[in-house]
Amino acid sequence: MTLDELAIGKTATIKAVGGEGPLRLRFLDMGLIPRTHVTMQKMAPMGDPIEISVRGYELTLRKADAKCITLAEEEGAR
Amino acid sequence: MIFALAGNQNCGKTTLFNAMTGSNQHVGNFPGVTVEQKVGEIRSAKGCSVVDLPGIYSIRPYTQEEIVSRDFILDGKPDGIINIVDATNIEQNLYLTLQLLELKLPMVVALNMMDEVRSNGGAINVKLMSQLLGVPVIPICAAKNEGVSEVVSQIVNAAKKRIMPAVQDFCPDGPVHRCIHAVAHVIEDHARNVGISRRFCATKLIEGDPSMADRLELDENEKELIEHSVVEMEHETGFDRNEALADMRYTFIEGVVADSVVKCHESREHKRSVAADRILTGKHTALPVFFGVILLVFYLTFNVIGSALSDLLSLGIDALTTLVDRGLTAYGINPVVHSLVIDGIFAGVGSVLSFLPIIVTLFFFLSILEDTGYMARVAFVMDKLLRKIGLSGRSFVPMLIGFGCSVPAIMATRTLSSDRDRRMTILLTPYMSCSAKIPIYAVFCAAFFARFQALVMIGLYLVGILLAIIVALILKGTAFQGEPVPFVMELPNYRMPSVKSVMLLLWEKARDFLQRAFTIIFVATILIWFLQTFDTRLNVVADSTDSLLALIGRFIAPVFRPLGFGDWRIATSLISGFTAKEAVVSTLSVLLGTGMAELGPALSGLFTPLSAFSFLLFTLLYTPCVAAVATIKKELKSGWATLGVVIMQCSIAWLVACAVYQIGGILL
Repeated sequence: MTLDELAIGKTATIKAVGGEGPLRLRFLDMGLIPRTHVTMQKMAPMGDPIEISVRGYELTLRKADAKCITLAEEEGAR
Repeated sequence: MIFALAGNQNCGKTTLFNAMTGSNQHVGNFPGVTVEQKVGEIRSAKGCSVVDLPGIYSIRPYTQEEIVSRDFILDGKPDGIINIVDATNIEQNLYLTLQLLELKLPMVVALNMMDEVRSNGGAINVKLMSQLLGVPVIPICAAKNEGVSEVVSQIVNAAKKRIMPAVQDFCPDGPVHRCIHAVAHVIEDHARNVGISRRFCATKLIEGDPSMADRLELDENEKELIEHSVVEMEHETGFDRNEALADMRYTFIEGVVADSVVKCHESREHKRSVAADRILTGKHTALPVFFGVILLVFYLTFNVIGSALSDLLSLGIDALTTLVDRGLTAYGINPVVHSLVIDGIFAGVGSVLSFLPIIVTLFFFLSILEDTGYMARVAFVMDKLLRKIGLSGRSFVPMLIGFGCSVPAIMATRTLSSDRDRRMTILLTPYMSCSAKIPIYAVFCAAFFARFQALVMIGLYLVGILLAIIVALILKGTAFQGEPVPFVMELPNYRMPSVKSVMLLLWEKARDFLQRAFTIIFVATILIWFLQTFDTRLNVVADSTDSLLALIGRFIAPVFRPLGFGDWRIATSLISGFTAKEAVVSTLSVLLGTGMAELGPALSGLFTPLSAFSFLLFTLLYTPCVAAVATIKKELKSGWATLGVVIMQCSIAWLVACAVYQIGGILL
């Protein structure tokens, strides 16, 4: 499963971070690295981008970019 | 001594900067750094100043902010670094801290928003954290000015005694550790030669920062050695190089946080933000609320507060003008000088100055929206629309302000985080029809389209937006190809803005504008006055129809013939519209010798409805006024690029108006 598919309110663990160039570096810098927990918060009114919470803060990213982040098995709601 | 103030976005950096420096700020340039930096003298420490670096999350060579910060730290040779950290978002903030520590410069960590952590039942063992990080950690609350003097005295002390961070090794023994040390060993001499910490150089080389390899002047053999170590490390860890370093840093941070931080339960601020977001970014409420907020801001700015202040200022300027007028007349000064002062300088600069209250009011509201964290939500909500034209949600607000006035709109692009987006937004903003063009539309619509006034007005705005979209799509495919900065953005908690920060920002914007009003706009108005007042033999003209301006108007007029309005008076009015768009109407009324009331009927002698529409399109699209052009030049930092903007605007205006007039002529 990838990050864009995570249901609202659910938490999961990052398995792999893909993407290329500055996008990938940005993910890593913002703390999206393997074994990090992420929770899906909500979607923007037009369905994109999404808001997630990670390491105790809120982050927004586009769905297409979130596709680059692979998640491990779902762990259920926080 | 000079200190660098570094930290993430939204961590209260500007508030701390203001608390340390008061209003002793100016914009300065530093050797090796091309972008302007805000510098301030520290009030409590004589001879010390602090440079406000852009908010960054990491030191990399990709975004403009990162490049500026890195160049200043590496080339500006600051005596120390003040790293401000948001205690409520500590893990992510410490990521930058670790990279700064690697620089091995005297440094202190200012732990901001400690009051919020404490009031929510959290705690940070500051002493332990100092030990773990190897630099002084000082709890502060920048907004309440708590702990700020402690930060200053600690960094001055550290810089004087050259106390370096005690901890540099964030990596436990293992492949990453071995790799960093192997690389550091290879480049040791090079790093010493350029005076940068070898550990910092090593991690940047491992991350693949090409500018670092150039800076250190590594030879092929050394590059190969480094690559070899890195590949070995990647092989052993199963991570790629960037992942491995990010993992190393975050693992170290997690250790520090586990030992020294008692995390608070969900904070009140966060709960409040979640509740506010339910409405402000809610599925059905976000857009109505957004448009409501923007309409309110526009209404208050252009109809209530700004316009009242503007009127007041105009009254003041008028009174002063009358006073000077009388004085000069009584003194019996040469009538040409009299005209220069009154008709040229006072009228020209005065009319531009009366914009000042509107700009200040608009920025007052904008800075409140920005500081509370609402702008980040606007970007979140609007991103999907703007992505289609190659921009991100952050560009929405500046373009929207463009409907009020291009000057503050272009100034507001400063808040955009990428240089590419900023330039592109600046180029698109003039297509948003500014409020100074409304008098032109009103006069023409009343005279030619009495029955369809509203329709034509709305149509003009839509044409502007449509062209902006087309231009954006063309720019996206040509001049602004390449990677836009990824839209991965922090959504900070909503916070009350600090009064002091807002006031300082307003002062800064007002000063910027005044500077321009008395330099470039001053010169431009004198030039127009000169052209209006003299003829080719430099005699003062009795009637403006003989002036140089009219001559130029006559010369240019044929250019407008294919557009349906070849009369020299119209060309002249368009030229004077360059000083301010309202001048188009006033010039026409002067040249036609009618009052504003009879202007409509007088115009029907010059225009047909079709050519009137073509004229409206031309005024919608042609060059922005001198104040806007001056702002564009300041923000693009290039005279040529600005000239390009003016030429492009005029060409597009001409083409569109011509197409409409010619095609309309066939159809009608």
